[in-house]
Amino acid sequence: MSTANPAPAKLRVATVSLAGCFGCHMSFLDIDERLFELIEHIQFDRSPLTDIKTVGLCDIGLIEGGLCNAENVEVLRAFRANCRVLVAVGACAITGGLPALRNHLDVGDMLQAVYGTVPDDPELPLPLNKVHPIHEVVRIDHSLPGCPPSADAFWHLLQDLIAGREPAHGLIRYD
Amino acid sequence: MSSFSFDGQPVPLQPGDTILQAAQRAGHEVPHLCWHPEVSASASCRVCTVRVDGRPAAACTTAAAAGQRVECHTADLRAQRLHLLQMLFVEGNHFCPGCEKSGHCLLQHQAERAGMTDLHYETLNPERPVDASHPDVLFEPNRCILCQLCVRASDELDGKQVFAIGGHGIATHLLINSASGRLGDSALAVTDRAAHICPVGALLPKRVGFAVPIGQRTFDDAETRG
Repeated sequence: MSTANPAPAKLRVATVSLAGCFGCHMSFLDIDERLFELIEHIQFDRSPLTDIKTVGLCDIGLIEGGLCNAENVEVLRAFRANCRVLVAVGACAITGGLPALRNHLDVGDMLQAVYGTVPDDPELPLPLNKVHPIHEVVRIDHSLPGCPPSADAFWHLLQDLIAGREPAHGLIRYD
Repeated sequence: MSSFSFDGQPVPLQPGDTILQAAQRAGHEVPHLCWHPEVSASASCRVCTVRVDGRPAAACTTAAAAGQRVECHTADLRAQRLHLLQMLFVEGNHFCPGCEKSGHCLLQHQAERAGMTDLHYETLNPERPVDASHPDVLFEPNRCILCQLCVRASDELDGKQVFAIGGHGIATHLLINSASGRLGDSALAVTDRAAHICPVGALLPKRVGFAVPIGQRTFDDAETRG
């Protein structure tokens, strides 16, 4: 019988971009060669990196982007229901960000101005009349501000969560 | 020389000092938004609230006195300051990533220093139309925090009284002294001190945006840049 300790279970991490530009995901990838170290401790569930379409039971959910339509709300609620720790990543998730610049305009008027008509294909998610930050719909455990947060901010957050520590906030910026 | 205690450190005081003046002169940081050394103090933002012998007081308007025990950076005052800053963010429309004042903004700086990572409260999304009628100065009321620095600068330094505060509660807003209520019809000149004193970019001289590269801005230090 082997006496070697079994390898510790990897944390499952899911990521998604709601009403965002994927800039936060790009910044996440900017942790560069440290991804090899990270992948020793985590495995990805739903994420643009895996192309898995639905979120399974996870330890950590990283949410980029705010809420601009009904599908965003549905996905966010699925993440909250499935992720033990939910992290709001970037200005759009935390404040609504630049998509929220439309909040003082009428959605119907904007659709008319852009498309010449209001699109009514049943496959299109229903737009919300305002863009909302995600903490207005579900409970958020941690936030990484920035547009986008730096690669180091992602790295330190994940290191803290992997080690079971309360994440420290030493890299706060909003632009 | 007489002194008072600031977070346990002795701070010498001079006649006429406020707590904020004396503490800053002694090298202590007192968080503030609506205070500026060139104009009178108004205590409108309350970010500089400290405890003086156990009672809360605005450091910018409270006279310093020998023997006072002033607390500034305690856990409860930090928490109150953080919530005050979060309320200022949700009461306006602050878009740091696209704002040309970013990196020079005192509200952004104080929030970063206070450790603000989220808004906590529900965003109010007030409707505040931009006034771009002045040829040389932009008025972007979405960023206004009603600190009254432009009001005091126009009155005390420029001798013009271009600005005032009007309205009540969440509808409180900056008034412009002109028949149309628009900045372009007011007596404001881009050379006025009031056109440059805004801490958050609600009043900005036109055609000079984004002139300083990221990394060299007022509040770009190692701590905030990461």
